[in-house]
Amino acid sequence: MSTDPKKTNTPDCDTPRPRPEDPGKRRFLGQAAAATAGGLACAAGPAWGGRSFEDALGGFFQDHYQRMSSDEIQAALRRIERRTEREYGVEIQCEDTPAQPGVVFGYALNISKCQGYRDCVSACVRENNQGRGSQLQYIRVLELANGTRDLESADHYYDPETVPAEGHYYLPVQCMQCDNPPCVKACPVEATWMEPDGIVVIDYDWCIGCRYCMAACPYWARHFNWTTPRLEPGDINPKTNYLGNRPRPKGVVEKCHFCTQRTRKGRQPACQEACPTGARIFGNLLDPDSEIRYVLENKAVFRLKEELGTEPKFWYFRD
Amino acid sequence: MTLLHFILDGLRAMFSGDRRWWGWLVLLTALIAAGAAAYGLQWRDGLVVTGMSDQVSWGFYIANFAFLVGIAAAAVLLVIPAYVFHREDIKSVVLIGEGLAVAAVIGAMLFVIVDLGRPDRLLHMIPGIGRFNFPASLLAWDVVVLNGYLLLNLAIPFYVHFCHYRGRTPNLRAYFPWVVLAMFWAISIHTVTAFLFSANTARPFWNIALLGPRFIATAFVSGPALIILLLQVLKRVTRYPVPTSIIETLSLIMAVALQISLFFVAVELFTDFYNESSHAASIRYLYFGLEGLDALRPAIWTALAMNLVAVVILSVHPLRRRPALLNVACGLAFIGIWLEKGMGFVVPGFIPTPLGEVFEYAPTSIELIVALGIWSVVALVFSLLAKASIALSTSRGAG
Repeated sequence: MSTDPKKTNTPDCDTPRPRPEDPGKRRFLGQAAAATAGGLACAAGPAWGGRSFEDALGGFFQDHYQRMSSDEIQAALRRIERRTEREYGVEIQCEDTPAQPGVVFGYALNISKCQGYRDCVSACVRENNQGRGSQLQYIRVLELANGTRDLESADHYYDPETVPAEGHYYLPVQCMQCDNPPCVKACPVEATWMEPDGIVVIDYDWCIGCRYCMAACPYWARHFNWTTPRLEPGDINPKTNYLGNRPRPKGVVEKCHFCTQRTRKGRQPACQEACPTGARIFGNLLDPDSEIRYVLENKAVFRLKEELGTEPKFWYFRD
Repeated sequence: MTLLHFILDGLRAMFSGDRRWWGWLVLLTALIAAGAAAYGLQWRDGLVVTGMSDQVSWGFYIANFAFLVGIAAAAVLLVIPAYVFHREDIKSVVLIGEGLAVAAVIGAMLFVIVDLGRPDRLLHMIPGIGRFNFPASLLAWDVVVLNGYLLLNLAIPFYVHFCHYRGRTPNLRAYFPWVVLAMFWAISIHTVTAFLFSANTARPFWNIALLGPRFIATAFVSGPALIILLLQVLKRVTRYPVPTSIIETLSLIMAVALQISLFFVAVELFTDFYNESSHAASIRYLYFGLEGLDALRPAIWTALAMNLVAVVILSVHPLRRRPALLNVACGLAFIGIWLEKGMGFVVPGFIPTPLGEVFEYAPTSIELIVALGIWSVVALVFSLLAKASIALSTSRGAG
């Protein structure tokens, strides 16, 4: 049990969330004046940095994802690409891939195979363009002593050199893509919703950052960009999706989206591919021949906090 | 034309006064400027400048928000006796109470706005332009009820004062329905704010049916405590008549409400600790600490002690009737409730996290300065409204 109040998501690293550098006095006053200037200042203020005035205006007046015409969506995608180019000098492709018909995704995780390597965690960070400084991660692997499933006794920051620890097992937790998601109900501006393929997504350009969804989530799956997420240009994954792994602005919530940029094109999510033990099984719940359907029909599965009625589409099982 | 003169006279009253008045305005403006400068830093760098984290994702701002909604709701305690029980003495100060409600609602809204990660997207909330998740989202409900309450508490005093200004008696028939609406609305703003928290099954500490009643009971302590203190200040700095019967009524309400509030605390402690389940982890953290972390423990025990001393003073008639002791009780209860239903209520809801992690929170100096700025806005709005209200009601029919 870690008790260090400065602990972070990284097991072997004890650095706190990075703080911005102390600003000079002149900048301080300038910013204060800019902030009090109100509405216009916010439209021009760089959220992801260095975008041109036109893009800033276009971004400010951008409509909700579900209300944009396909032309407007294309314009929004190009803005994201230009912004990343300006910011990082990296050319990315941002797409809007719709849900495939006849598909509802589900996940099953074999906890007797999981060894707590956390390869899924790092693969997820690389795939989904998470800010590196912020230590934001979509997957958290809990180390539990055999004989209990009391989450309060779990170690969130176990030392990866010793896994699997004697007498312990591992429980990776990420967004459960609930079929009755409390976060979606909570959002005051409908910035998060469930797509036809069962994935709960976020329009990062619509979220107002009130964080009510974070209070509502029973799985601690939602994370906030407390500052502008930063990553090295070489670390950027250029294959991105509007409702998925595209670069995010500061001040908005994000979470696991079952790698929409991959899974909607028939690929497996990055965490599934990265798992060296084959503990992760991902697939289409509507396909009776899928592996995940086999697991659900033949294994004793359980879901986390099922009693809350959130209907997670994420199951755990043992061999 | 009369309306314009009325507004101009009101503004003139707000900005005319002796040296002490101007000193007060300058002090508040300076504090607001400091808050704005601190908020400027937060705007530039993001909420990273606060002590909040993914683990404790709401903190000092939302704590003050919950408390201020209670202060706003408590204005109803002047409205009900004045209009339902026709207490003439209270009618004289009811407009002051409504002014306090306006100031407190504005403060509550500001605390939510400074807590937003993207205040530049506030327009996304406006129906039509944005998308408003009503009625599903409790936060959407809160936006509706707080704005409605603000309008009601602006409109009613405006009408009454404007009638007086034109030398007419306000038509009770015309505005009484609105007064009744405002009464129910007052209860609704605090109930909705309680539901905002209690709706979350993810947070067992908040997810209790007692929360609504507890919020109302504590509001009826902190509200009257503040009103009693403010009325005495007004009595001293203006020639505004404040009958002692009002103080007596308010302090009795406060005594009963504080007794009920403390009973609710006891009920919760019993239920959580008799057979202690994992749902009691947050309250254990609050009162005793978890895994050696106990940042809120001193605050909650201080709050409990303050409220206990206050309830003794308020419940014993000879003690309560001594003005100095009553003021002590009001001060203690106000701070006690602020600690208990502010930080002592919002923060433990996040500790431990739904995944069982114990991660603490403490506000940064930026949060404290921004909060001080918002409280100064509350004081400024109240002072200006009270000033105009008193000036207009002591010089009726001047237009």
